[in-house]
Amino acid sequence: MRRDGAPALGQFAHNLREAPRRLREAAVRGGRPTTDRTRSTFVFNNVFLHLHAVRTHRWSLRWTTTAGLGIASVAAFLITLVTGILLMFYYKPYPDVAYDSMKDIHFVVPTGRFVRNLHRWAANVMVVAVILHMARTFYTAAYRAPREFNWLVGMALLVTTLGLSFTGYLLPWDQLAYWAITIGANIAQSPREVTDALGVTQAFDPGGLQRLLLLGSDTVGEEALIRFYLLHVILLPLIAGMLMAVHIWRIRKDGGLAKPPDVDARLGDPPPATYPVFTEAPTKTYHLAAIVRGRTPAVGGGPENTVPSMPHLFYAEAAVLMLTLLICMALSLVSDAPLKELANPLVPENPAKAPWYFLGLQELVAFSAFMGGIGIPTIVLVGLGLIPFLDREQAGTGVWFGGPGGWPLVRNSIAVGFAAALILESFAIQFGWLREWVPGIPQLVITAVNPGTVLTFVYAAYSLWLVRLFNSARAGALGLFTCFLCGFVVLTVIGTYFRGPNWQFYWSPADWPVH
Amino acid sequence: MTVTPGHPRSRLDPEPVPRRDFLGLLSFWTMATTLLFATLGMLRMPRAAVLPSPSKKFRVAIPEALPPGEAYVPPGRTTAIFRDAQGTYAISIVCTHLGCIVKPTPDGFECPCHGSVFARDGAVVRGPAPQPLSWIKVEAGGGTVVVDEAATVAAGTKVTA
Repeated sequence: MRRDGAPALGQFAHNLREAPRRLREAAVRGGRPTTDRTRSTFVFNNVFLHLHAVRTHRWSLRWTTTAGLGIASVAAFLITLVTGILLMFYYKPYPDVAYDSMKDIHFVVPTGRFVRNLHRWAANVMVVAVILHMARTFYTAAYRAPREFNWLVGMALLVTTLGLSFTGYLLPWDQLAYWAITIGANIAQSPREVTDALGVTQAFDPGGLQRLLLLGSDTVGEEALIRFYLLHVILLPLIAGMLMAVHIWRIRKDGGLAKPPDVDARLGDPPPATYPVFTEAPTKTYHLAAIVRGRTPAVGGGPENTVPSMPHLFYAEAAVLMLTLLICMALSLVSDAPLKELANPLVPENPAKAPWYFLGLQELVAFSAFMGGIGIPTIVLVGLGLIPFLDREQAGTGVWFGGPGGWPLVRNSIAVGFAAALILESFAIQFGWLREWVPGIPQLVITAVNPGTVLTFVYAAYSLWLVRLFNSARAGALGLFTCFLCGFVVLTVIGTYFRGPNWQFYWSPADWPVH
Repeated sequence: MTVTPGHPRSRLDPEPVPRRDFLGLLSFWTMATTLLFATLGMLRMPRAAVLPSPSKKFRVAIPEALPPGEAYVPPGRTTAIFRDAQGTYAISIVCTHLGCIVKPTPDGFECPCHGSVFARDGAVVRGPAPQPLSWIKVEAGGGTVVVDEAATVAAGTKVTA
């Protein structure tokens, strides 16, 4: 715009001086977030921030509501994203060369070792955070309607997270990587145990197809490495990113985090220092709301006990991000990511162990591959997915261990879950399993009757008993979820610390025979 | 659309279906079918038609001093070759459980990964392995044998030179 009467040259100088301010205004519309209105525009004018609502309920901001676990998962994902891109500058996805480039990253590249440690620790922190986040969602009954779909998106994110970690495991191309992936690929092939026993493998071989698609060959070689690399750096991160966007968006669309019905009474008045709730009368009405059909979660709600997301929510999220970064950096300084000797397809690691979060499954796989590696995980995933559709109750939503039974039920279930898993494992370790008792037993029985199968039945029976006892599906779900969590812990700890060469039981690695 | 007397049509009501363009629906389903088949076609690609791994057939000379019944594993291979009074035979040392390399012992084979134990003829003695170790095709000719790791034979098949 030209000011009247000003010479063009003066106008030019003026525009030049004003350019930085105008650039800022063009990028960030709405001004500083100091009033209710500008705090709102700060959120909904920003493509990333508007995944969150403009205002956040005070209940959602309490540390005890979420413990920040969802944001910690996102934070860990962002750390792996940044460090992963840095590692890609030097990593070469080709057998042998890959191992050399890992050694370069570890010993030569400036800060290479630290960045790799950070990548590995952030990946582990992400797995832990995702599992705990799921437990939090379950125990506060936050999966209930209208949040069923978001629970399923969360499960897809759990699987994607595990997939990201697993595909990353092969890339160093050392002994640890090679044999973990050989075992993993053969677990993918293990439906053959069933098709072989039925004698239909020639005609119908889903196991072989899975392994072939995963490895691109019949052995773990260059084809497998490039496939895992592709999955690890492009496909799975893209899927994870998109699912996260949907996941966070759905929180907003489903009416914020789950809250108990009497939330306002529980919260009480906001402390005096809190930025006042609704100081300005809204100057805008939402015409769209008049024609959108159906019920939104906000309909029929009481007065909102909300505060502006900027700064309350975003500052809290930034704090969680910094805390996650701090934890990952501290761990990276203390403990180096492992790099064993170059992969050797002729000499298996002994013991060959998968990443720690798969060692519970590996413990089951040591009894029969199909049931331990595919059957039981599938049962668990289907069961988890069904929870929000089977539990249609109302009591206890948004409260820790909410619902019939409550914390005493969960406490007892912890005891049952640990006891059942420990007794069964001790029995199998002490007395062996089916083939040791009946040498000629049919393979189909060995495949199907895994200690994990027995454990699943025990837990399921306990859970059904709880459903009857409390006359509530939620009580059964509380028991079942707790039991499976305990079983997971027991199996993982045994697989990690008490299994040595030939997958035999040892009280301590110090007892391992020298070989 | 049939207009019920007393209920004026609102722009918020759903549009009557007969007004939908037949060609529009046709092109929509054409697009859906095209995308479906394009996806199916793309899914064919990741399945390798030719496996890139090196040839599994090799010729090897068995050491003269190999005692009867003792395993000889040629360097870089996953087959144990034996020789006894009945002839020469070969047994795969890839565990049928999860693909680890089993170790020949005086009594048979042991897997380091999950503790499967096999008898001298490859039969499963204990552990999670679902199948016996496979016997590998051997062709004897002069001082050397030709082993084809991709071809299996019935257990107990021994060849004489």
